[in-house]
Amino acid sequence: MTDLSHIRNFAIIAHIDHGKSTLADRLIQMTGGLTDREMKEQVLDSMDIERERGITIKAQTVRLNYTARDGETYELNLIDTPGHVDFTYEVSRSLAACEGSLLVVDASQGVEAQTLANVYQALDNDHEIVPVLNKVDLPAAEPERIRQQIEDVIGLDASNAVPISAKTGLGVADVLEAIVTRLPAPKGEPAAPLKALLVDSWYDSYLGVIVLVRIIDGTLKKGMRVRMLGTNAIYDVDRVGVFTPKLVATDILGPGEIGFLTASIKEVADTRVGDTITEDKRRCEKPLAGFRPAQPVVFCGLFPVDAADFEDLRAAVGKLRLNDASFSFEMETSAALGFGFRCGFLGLLHLEIIQERLEREFDLDLIATAPSVVYQITLTGGKEIELHNPADMPDVMKIAEIREPWIRATILTPDEHLGAILKLCQDRRGIQTDLTYAGNRALVSYDLPLNEVVFDFYDRLKSVTKGYASFDYHITGYKASDLVKMQVLVNAEPVDALAMLVHRSQAEARGRVMCEKLKDLIPRHMFKIPVQAAIGGKVIARETIAALRKDVTAKCYGGDVTRKRKLLDKQKAGKKRMRQFGKVEIPQEAFIAALKMDS
Amino acid sequence: MAALPRESEPDGDIRLADPGFGIYVHWPFCAAKCPYCDFNSHVPDTPPDEKRLLAAYRAELAHFAALAPGRTVSSVFFGGGTPSLMSGETVAGILDAIARLWPLAGDAEITLEANPTSAEAARFARYRSAGVNRLSLGVQSLRDDALAALGRRHGAREAVAALETARSLFPRFSFDLIYARSGQQLADWRVELAEALALAGDHLSLYQLTIERGTPFFARQRRGELQLPDDDLARDFYDLTQDLCQSAGMPAYEISNHARPGGASRHNLTYWRSGDYVGVGAGAHGRIGSGAGRRATAAIARPAAWLGQVERLGHGLVEDVVLDAGEAGEEFLLMGLRLGEGICLARHDAIAGVPLPRDRIANLLAEGLLERRADGRIAASASGRPVLNSLIASLLA
Repeated sequence: MTDLSHIRNFAIIAHIDHGKSTLADRLIQMTGGLTDREMKEQVLDSMDIERERGITIKAQTVRLNYTARDGETYELNLIDTPGHVDFTYEVSRSLAACEGSLLVVDASQGVEAQTLANVYQALDNDHEIVPVLNKVDLPAAEPERIRQQIEDVIGLDASNAVPISAKTGLGVADVLEAIVTRLPAPKGEPAAPLKALLVDSWYDSYLGVIVLVRIIDGTLKKGMRVRMLGTNAIYDVDRVGVFTPKLVATDILGPGEIGFLTASIKEVADTRVGDTITEDKRRCEKPLAGFRPAQPVVFCGLFPVDAADFEDLRAAVGKLRLNDASFSFEMETSAALGFGFRCGFLGLLHLEIIQERLEREFDLDLIATAPSVVYQITLTGGKEIELHNPADMPDVMKIAEIREPWIRATILTPDEHLGAILKLCQDRRGIQTDLTYAGNRALVSYDLPLNEVVFDFYDRLKSVTKGYASFDYHITGYKASDLVKMQVLVNAEPVDALAMLVHRSQAEARGRVMCEKLKDLIPRHMFKIPVQAAIGGKVIARETIAALRKDVTAKCYGGDVTRKRKLLDKQKAGKKRMRQFGKVEIPQEAFIAALKMDS
Repeated sequence: MAALPRESEPDGDIRLADPGFGIYVHWPFCAAKCPYCDFNSHVPDTPPDEKRLLAAYRAELAHFAALAPGRTVSSVFFGGGTPSLMSGETVAGILDAIARLWPLAGDAEITLEANPTSAEAARFARYRSAGVNRLSLGVQSLRDDALAALGRRHGAREAVAALETARSLFPRFSFDLIYARSGQQLADWRVELAEALALAGDHLSLYQLTIERGTPFFARQRRGELQLPDDDLARDFYDLTQDLCQSAGMPAYEISNHARPGGASRHNLTYWRSGDYVGVGAGAHGRIGSGAGRRATAAIARPAAWLGQVERLGHGLVEDVVLDAGEAGEEFLLMGLRLGEGICLARHDAIAGVPLPRDRIANLLAEGLLERRADGRIAASASGRPVLNSLIASLLA
C-alpha cells in the first residue's frame, strides 16, 4: 500500500493515431515496467483487432514506479481508455477512476472531435489536464498553432503544454515529471469500509473474470468476501494485484490505488462496469454515483452463410458475450436467411468489431442484415412496444405513433469542407444547432436521427472531407417521425433481410439508390431479374438486371476434363457464398454493400 | 449398374451408342510459345531427341495397353504443342506401336495437329504415308495483322497454301480460327469467316479468344492493353458464327466445333461422350472405365521430368485416381451438354448413381435453356449453349 500523497492516477486522451499507445509504451519503458525484450510495440492493446485498427476496446491499466526529481518514488497508475464514441460509458468510468489526464494532441493534426468529447468528459470528472504536444520532431509540426488551437477550441490553458516525440522519447521525462507535479494525488480514507469502483472486466481463460478496480476508501484484501452493490452478488476474492503491465499479486490494495481482483466469477455479464464493490460484512453507506447498465443502440441480424454453421455461430456469440456484456443477442429466423441471431451493439464500430471477431476468431462466414436502431411504437390500443427489427413492424393500421432515436453530432473540420458536411447533414434530416470557428477549423453541431447515421454516415463524412473531419455523437432522446417500411423485391420475391424503416420523405431516393446498387451487386443470371423497392404494395423504384448472354468456356483441353471439373467446383464454392431468393442468387457482400448510400 | 435406361439411345448411328476408344498423343514442343496459349507446350533449347522420345511413347502405350486390353482403337489424335514438328518416322513409329498393342478399327480416324508454315507443310506427305488420315491446322486467322498480334509464325497466304496442301493429301482436314480478338469488329469477322467457310473441308473449330491466367495476354489484359468484347458483344460474335456456319451447311455439333454431316471429329466425340481414351506424352490426360471406378490419369507436364520417369517406371503418370460416381456424373454432364446431340439422362443417372434433380431439368426446359430432342435426349438449346457454364452450375450446385 502506497501513501496517498505518492500516488497519481491518470488517463491519456488522444485521437486515433495521435500517439497515445506509443506514449504509453515509452512511459512503461522509461520506468522499467518491462524489459526491452518484453516490450512489444503497443503493449496495451492486446487484442489483434485492437492493434490492427489502432483502437482500444477494453480499458487496461499499468502501474509505473517512478523516482521523481525530488528523489521520492511515486506510484503512477495509467488507465488506457477506449477512445471511441461507442464506448463512451466505459470511457467515463475509466476517467472516474483517475484524478488527471494527459491530453495528447498531434502537433501537426491538431484537435479532433473525438478528443474534444473525451476532454469534456475528463473535465466533467474534475480532472486536472496536462496538454502534451506529440510528434514535434516531424517537419509538419506546428506546436505554436496547435497550442493556440487547444486554447481556442477547448478553452484549456496550454501555455505549459509539454512538447514531446513519443517515438524518439524526446520530452517523455518531462511528461513523467508533470504527472507528479501537476496532477493531484487521490484522496481516500484508509480506515473506512471498502468502497471501490468497478472500472472494467474481461475474461481470462486461466483466471476467469478479471475485474479492474479503483479503491476509493478502505482496503481490498485477498480472501475478503465482497459484495457488488448494483447486482448484490457476493464473491470471495481469490487474488488481488496490479499490472506492471504483467499481472503481479500484491494481496492488498489501498485507497487511491488501481489494480485487479479475481473471485471465481464466471461471466463478464456478472460484473457491471460502474458498479460499487464493498466488503460484505462491513458495507460502505452509499454506492458511487453514475452507475448505469449498457444499452444497445444498434441492432442487426447475423446469419451464417452456410446454414450448417448455425450451431457454431451460437457457440461463438456465447463466447464473445462472456467477455463483452454490452453485446446482446437473441435467436432470429428469417424467411430468406434461415436461423441466425438478432444482435444488439453499442454502436457501429462495436458492430463491426464483433462481426470481424466472429469471422476471424471463430472462422465463420456471416451475412449481416441492415443495421437498425431501436424504434418505439405506440399501438392504437395504447400499448408501447420496442421495435428491433424492421421485419417485425406491425401493420400500419395498428400504429398510432412511431418514435426514433436522435443524436447530437459534433463535427470538427477544416473549413473548406464545411459546405459538403452541411449538405450531408441536411440530406440526412439534420437540424443544425451550432457552428463556431477556431482559426481555419469549424466546429459544427447537428441533431440527426440515428437511423440516418447507422448506415454509412461516417463513411460518407470521411469521403466528402477526404478524411479530415472528425465526428462524435451522443444519443439525446426519441422523437415522433413519419417512418415507413420499405421492402425490396428481387424477381418479385421480398428479401426480408433488406427491408428497412425510412422516413417517408426519403423513401423514393433510398429505394432508387438501393435498386441501382443491387443491379450492380447481383450477378447476371440466365434470365432477366426485376429489382424493386416498394412501400406497402406500391413500387417506388425499379431496375432490371439483364440476362447473362455468354459464359461458356470456348475450348476443351485435349481431354483434360479435370480442369473443367475444377472450374465447376469453383462455381459451386462461389454459390456457397450466395443466398437463394426464389430463383435468384444474391452474394452475401450485397447485403452490406446495398446499404451504403453514396450517390 | 443402376436401373436400365428409360430413354433409348438414338438409333442409326452406331458410334453414338459406342463412344469409341481413342488414343491421345501429346507432343509438348513448340518452335515458339503463343501469347494466348496456356497448353502444356515448351520451347526446347536443342531439338528433342526423337528416338529417345519414341521409346518413351512406346513404353507408356504398353503401360496403358495392360490397363485397357483388347479394345478396338477408333481414333488416334496427335496434339500439342506442335506435333507437326515431329518427323514422319516418329509418327509412324507411334502408330506402329499402337497397332501392335490394340486392334485398330478399319475406319480409325488418325488426326495430327499441324501449323500451317511452309516448313511444316513440307512434311505433310510423310504424315500421310505414316497413316495419318486427317489433318487439323492451326490457322487461327486469315488476316496477317491478327496473326502477328496472336504471335503466330505464319502469314495468311502461307496458311491458305498449307490448307491446299492438306486438301490435296488428306481425305479429311479441319482448321482452327480464333475470334472475338482484341479490337476485332463484327463486320470484319463476318467477312473472314465467310472466306474460311469457302476454304473449309468437312470440319472447322471456331474458338472465342479466352484469356488464360499465366499467359502474356493475361498480363496485357490486366494492363488494359487488350480491347476484348464484353459478354454482350461476345454473344453477338457467337450468334453470328452460328448463323453463318449453319447457312453454309456446317452447324455446330459442339460449342466451338462445326462439321458437315459425317465430318465430326470422332476422337473429340469420344471425350464429349465420356468414352474411354488413353493419353500418352507429357501432360496428357486419360479416362478409362465408366461410372464409379472410372480411372483418371494425368502425366507429368515437364517433358524432361516426364521422360525421366517413363524411363525409370514405364509411365509418366503423376495422377492415376479413381473417380467417384459423383465426379464421373459431373464429367458426363460437363462434356455431354457441350454437344448438340445432348445426353441421355438415364445414362447420366446410371453413372452418377443418383438422378439429376428432375425439377431443375423441368425448370430449365420450361425456360427454354434445355430442350428435349425427338430421340428423348436432353440438350442445351440455342439460347442455353452460350450460357452453358451457368446452366450446368444451376443443375449441379
